[in-house]
Amino acid sequence: MGVVARRRGVDVASKILMGAATVVGVIFLFWILWTTLKFGIAGMHWDLFTKDTPPPGTDSFGLRNAFVGSLTLLAVSLLIGVPIGLMGGTWLAEYAFRSRTANAVRFLNDIMLSAPSIEIGLFVYAIMVAPMGHFSAVSGSVALAVLMIPIIVRTTDEMLTLVTSDMREAAIALGAPTWVVITKVTWKAASAGILTGVLIGLARISGETAPLLFTALSNQFYSTSLLQPIASIPMVIFQFALSPYANWQQMAWAAAFIAVLFVLLLSLVARWLLGRTQELK
Amino acid sequence: MNGPETLAGAMPGRPKSAGRAWPLAIEFLFRKAAALAAFLAAAALFATVLAIAYDSRLAIHTFGVWKFLKSSEWNPVTDTFGALPFIIGTLGSSAIAMILAVPISFGIAVFIAEIAPRWLKKPIAGAVELLAAIPSIVYGLWGLLVFAPAFANLEPWISQYLGSIPGIGLLFQGPPMGIGMLTAGIVLAIMVLPYISSIMRDAFMAVPSSLRESAYAMGATTWEVAWQITLPYARSAVIGGIFLGLGRALGETMAVTFVIGNSDMISASLLMPSATITSVLANEFTEATTKLYLSSLIYLGLILIAVTLVVQFLALLLIRRLGRREGVAA
Amino acid sequence: MSPDQSQGTRMVKILPPAKAPEGSPSGEAGESAVKIAARDLNFYYGKFHALKNVSVEILQNRVTAFIGPSGCGKSTLLRTFNRMYDLYPGHRAEGEVILDGENILASKNGAQLRAKVGMVFQKPTPFPMSIHENIAFGIRLYERLSRGEMDARVRHVLTKANLWEEVKDKLNQSAIGLSGGQQQRLCIARALAVNPEVLLLDEPCSALDPISTAKIEDLLFELRETCTVVMVTHNMQQAARASDYTAFMLDGTLIEYSGTTKLFTTPSDPRTEAYITGRFG
Repeated sequence: MGVVARRRGVDVASKILMGAATVVGVIFLFWILWTTLKFGIAGMHWDLFTKDTPPPGTDSFGLRNAFVGSLTLLAVSLLIGVPIGLMGGTWLAEYAFRSRTANAVRFLNDIMLSAPSIEIGLFVYAIMVAPMGHFSAVSGSVALAVLMIPIIVRTTDEMLTLVTSDMREAAIALGAPTWVVITKVTWKAASAGILTGVLIGLARISGETAPLLFTALSNQFYSTSLLQPIASIPMVIFQFALSPYANWQQMAWAAAFIAVLFVLLLSLVARWLLGRTQELK
Repeated sequence: MNGPETLAGAMPGRPKSAGRAWPLAIEFLFRKAAALAAFLAAAALFATVLAIAYDSRLAIHTFGVWKFLKSSEWNPVTDTFGALPFIIGTLGSSAIAMILAVPISFGIAVFIAEIAPRWLKKPIAGAVELLAAIPSIVYGLWGLLVFAPAFANLEPWISQYLGSIPGIGLLFQGPPMGIGMLTAGIVLAIMVLPYISSIMRDAFMAVPSSLRESAYAMGATTWEVAWQITLPYARSAVIGGIFLGLGRALGETMAVTFVIGNSDMISASLLMPSATITSVLANEFTEATTKLYLSSLIYLGLILIAVTLVVQFLALLLIRRLGRREGVAA
Repeated sequence: MSPDQSQGTRMVKILPPAKAPEGSPSGEAGESAVKIAARDLNFYYGKFHALKNVSVEILQNRVTAFIGPSGCGKSTLLRTFNRMYDLYPGHRAEGEVILDGENILASKNGAQLRAKVGMVFQKPTPFPMSIHENIAFGIRLYERLSRGEMDARVRHVLTKANLWEEVKDKLNQSAIGLSGGQQQRLCIARALAVNPEVLLLDEPCSALDPISTAKIEDLLFELRETCTVVMVTHNMQQAARASDYTAFMLDGTLIEYSGTTKLFTTPSDPRTEAYITGRFG
């Protein structure tokens, strides 16, 4: 009887501990979200969207150049990353299947998926910034694209693999060449899943700061030139948070709030899309 | 006979039976473009390592490997650089993160897989995964402006009680500043929780229910099933998940840079400021005035990527053993 | 050389007699031209020997059914007629398949072959696009038609597949929304739109309800006016109802091939008799 009682005691204690661990994780999530919401809304100001980042020592507000810069960076990295990611994933799923080469590519791609983002910054610094001699928006976009590509390759590969071979065979049986089968039928069948991958990739890179340190850097002024350094929301948070000015810290919170909102929205849409595709299967 | 003509005859415009000649060039180019994209995705890893190694050549040439690794002098004025303080900072903060995150992640994974009622599983899993979606710069901001001040109130208590224990007491001495290696480790632990716990959870869920049911049928408790049946079965993926989290912690930049204090002094106390490879890169890269200074910073990056690649390589091998891959966690 | 009196109401045109080489259906041989002839055909899935020296002649403008227990090689045989096995590495055919005098196993261009030989699969495989686009997809592979011509062609084949009345008001809706039977008739229409000379059907009704099955069986009978129809089925009643000739296969070999009525009433091989009386399979 003693043994049974002791076992039951251990069981109850362990359940309490496991529950406590879960509570700890969830508490931190809400703590972070709550403070970002609280300080972020307190830091909201109409000028954030209409004026550029103020010079040190003044008490005005403005993030317009950072918003425009972030959108520029994201747009260009989508332009680079989506075609490469989509085609790479397509090669894996449609041409290479389970071959040895394909599995090697998948493995390397998975390693890139979790490579530290700061190293990607160093990489792009070495291949673009150093040869060009200066920081530039386009190098920032390349760095973000390199971070995004493995995610898109992975999801495209997985989503195309889910498309039934019946569908592919039916198109081929009509005499369609492979590239028509892929572009007109399988991409279409997997479109929601592929879009999910793009959204997840976008969510990941939109908050990235470390790779921008060595590539796009930042810019106090409004710029849309791809060859010049460009401001961005994450870099503004980095610079302003460590500053002694109250209005700068306030702006950092506002920027963080908007960044979190953006990323959470993207994640939610991605999850909803993914849920929908799984229902169809 | 009214054979093939019936259908065709009624049709406007009969196709040539051989079909339109498809430009084979398109087929060829499409295939090659796809192969090229896949090659680029795979080659990016090698290109990254090679480019970083190439840019660190000056520092490698000047300091060699061993000397750089064990030297603790980091002095831009005299152009002398050594990696030891940052290696200690990186390993120390990541070790703290793992010590905290592994048991908590295990708890969360078991809670979701075995204990939580069905309706609670999804919301909790979703909430924990949201932690992975929050940008690391926001962790840094929160860590610096919210968590560190709160933690500073706790530190005198830690010094008083843990600092007086002989031996490990050395780890918990110093002024209560809120920032330092321990704070960095705690923030890192929160950041890697979702990665480790989601892989553990997937691994536990993949354990055949027949195995679980036979154990319950013998009268085993939930804890005994989790600890003695599920965990050993999913062991390799669990270890893989831990390695994956470790890789994340080692390479994390922004959150650590905000809260570690950025001091290149080596200190025994976890409450003292420190620096990691990533934090010194983030802080000093744009200020590096000499070529050797810049090259030494990139050399630090080379050491970091070498370590993280080994860790991630092991992680993926272990996770794949169970036939599962890291979930597409949003 | 009687006009197939055994099949009562079904009118069969008498075509110039053909030679009756090995593998041609016994009993009613020589009433139609040979469309497809397989000679000493062997097929391998990697090491597995799936077809063993199969020789068979398929007559033009007839419905030929292949029956046999699962794994007997009937689907494999069907898939050599349009070289569907090309898609999979390790699948290999040896011997000859002669279509209109040309050995298709030796020719290079699978897409051209598949324009001539259409295929319909076990599970309906509507593409993820509208009903109209499903049909237009195949047509566009071979022809450039004006809008009006395309609409007319789509209407023509949908009528041919006995589907027009059911879908004429929703041509622009997704084909996924159709019932299983409608989807399968859409797939037949899609295959017909390319104007194939041969139509292969791989268990076309096994996923359908009895009413849809009856509709498709009627359709098959009409189709032989314009096409040579080859069907694989494990449903013996279906073969008996819908085909002119039936071949029975077992373990990768052709056991017996004759007029459908003869095969089901007076089989000459004891194994055929065993199968159709339900003693195995």
